[in-house]
Amino acid sequence: MASKLTTSNRAGWAFALPGFGLILLFIVIPFFFAFYLSLTNQRLVSPNPTEYVGFSNYEKLLSISVLTIEPEVDTAGVVLRDDAGEAQYPRVRSFTRNNPDFPQYDGMREWFRWHWGGTAKVVVATDVVFWKSLRNTLMFVLVVAPVQAALALGLALLVNQKLRGINIYRAIYFMPVVVSIVVVSLLFRFIYDGNDGLLNNILSFLTFGLFEGRDWLGSPDTALGAIKAMSIWQAVGFHMVIWLSGLQTISPTLYEASSIEGASKWQTFRYVTWPGLRNTAVLVIIVITMQAFALFAQIDVMTNGGPLDSTTTLVFQAVERGYGKQDISGAAAISVVLFLIVLSISMLQRYITRAR
Amino acid sequence: MAAINQDNRGLRLIVRYAVLTLIAIIFIFPVLFMVMSSFKPNLQLLRDTSSLRAFLPVGDISLDNYYDAFRRAPIGLFVFNSVLVTGVTVLLSLFFCSLAAFSFVYLNWKGRDLALTIIIATLIIPFETIAIPLLLFVSKLPWIGLEGIEIGWLDSYHVQIIPWIADGLTVFLFVQYFKDLPGELIEACRVEGASWWQIYVKVVMPLSGPVIATAAILKFLVMYNQYLWPLIVVQQETYRPVLVGLQYFFQLNITWGEIMAYLTIVTIPVLAIYLVLQRAFIASIASTGVKG
Repeated sequence: MASKLTTSNRAGWAFALPGFGLILLFIVIPFFFAFYLSLTNQRLVSPNPTEYVGFSNYEKLLSISVLTIEPEVDTAGVVLRDDAGEAQYPRVRSFTRNNPDFPQYDGMREWFRWHWGGTAKVVVATDVVFWKSLRNTLMFVLVVAPVQAALALGLALLVNQKLRGINIYRAIYFMPVVVSIVVVSLLFRFIYDGNDGLLNNILSFLTFGLFEGRDWLGSPDTALGAIKAMSIWQAVGFHMVIWLSGLQTISPTLYEASSIEGASKWQTFRYVTWPGLRNTAVLVIIVITMQAFALFAQIDVMTNGGPLDSTTTLVFQAVERGYGKQDISGAAAISVVLFLIVLSISMLQRYITRAR
Repeated sequence: MAAINQDNRGLRLIVRYAVLTLIAIIFIFPVLFMVMSSFKPNLQLLRDTSSLRAFLPVGDISLDNYYDAFRRAPIGLFVFNSVLVTGVTVLLSLFFCSLAAFSFVYLNWKGRDLALTIIIATLIIPFETIAIPLLLFVSKLPWIGLEGIEIGWLDSYHVQIIPWIADGLTVFLFVQYFKDLPGELIEACRVEGASWWQIYVKVVMPLSGPVIATAAILKFLVMYNQYLWPLIVVQQETYRPVLVGLQYFFQLNITWGEIMAYLTIVTIPVLAIYLVLQRAFIASIASTGVKG
């Protein structure tokens, strides 16, 4: 169509420039700025000039290594054991603090360890909190993306039925989406509370008092799971609506045909509905993944990353360092790592779900 | 035989509604609990969590929590700030983004395709990955204020508004919509001598009700629910929006009743708008998916 119109450079630029200029200024420039900053020692406020430091921010973040430690032995070569019969190992600190034999481990701290063939394998990293935040973020995405997408599809199928009053149910399922995640997070802090929390009381009621209450956000075992469940609850309606719009693009004649052929409900879903949802599925998964990687408000309101860093995330670390500790360059390096992960995962998702 | 079938259908219908209702309860109960608790004194609120009374307006019902919450924090100011920032941003966003989309769809100019590609590419950048560089960037930008040129945008309304005016998704929504409008109509207007500006104002925008509603609702949700950005760029209470104002209620000696009252104040306006415009809200989210 454009070819039919006369070229009009002046009007074209004049109309596009305000919007395009703002996008350049506040999205594109900061985006490239992040790459640049991550190679410097920039601070939010500093009397010293900013210097180029190469990849040292990334080195600090990403340095990780496995340290193999032999158990301690006595003079006869017998492994020393404690009262419980466990082999005794020298402290990790003796390898990572000023040990001239192991300069590559200098300044590293233990992340976790496992035992293997009579030795201890200790994973050590310079920035253990970063690695924990990376692990937590990935665990969050790995659970929330598929579960939320599947539940949203289930809800979409439910509210796609032709029933009287179905619009009311659709409106209710969507409602949490318009409630701010910050409000939801504070509300759920009370619901998850260990003493008077609503969840403990409900579970105790449903199990006739068998369930013993717990402090959901106060324990490293349950805190991230509780946040996952809440996040799914809050946003599932959003994706239900996207699935629903996909469902409604599928031609009714296809359903008529499959019903004439005598297809079962499952067959109808498998061979009519699901193929018709391919594009929607790609969109839903990519959008959920991007949203999940951005996990911040829930953490900031509910746990501040604790207990024991069990809920800290990449964005939370970026904000805590960049804003809290004014370490802009360190935060920028985390942001770049986060962006590269998001980019590669969404490219991978596109590749896997590409049209065949 | 016919009677059994009839019964079966009736039973199935009941099961369907039972399932739908059970799920609806899961989505409603936290919000219902929040609103009901906001009217209860703290001791009763805590006691009620052990029974269904948690969801009912029973016992000692009053507005005391609201009174206390308003005394503790300048809630009126926070609400005003949020409404101002949200309203201005939504209006400017509709104007700037539709104008750019108009140019991308109807006008032919050098660099157009490249510019549109760049805008679409920004959809893959989560805001959270540019928040910190953007913080440093805006802290160095000049602004013409009452006392001449100042450096730094922190602690202001414009730092909450200007970076959020234009975004890839809004431009994209308008581009998709404009592509479906009849191009012959625009050409006919050109032949009759209308300027591009006249066509934009008098022809295209009046035809764009649905996409304007969609873009406005999406932007409204994003802006009213802002948290991370105002958290890092606004220190002074004067410019603080409602959700960051919540931090008043993070202290230890606060009663849950007061918190519930504040949460209700923050949430009720959005819920009310949602209930009135429910269909438009759902349609706007759906339309982001159809062509994606």
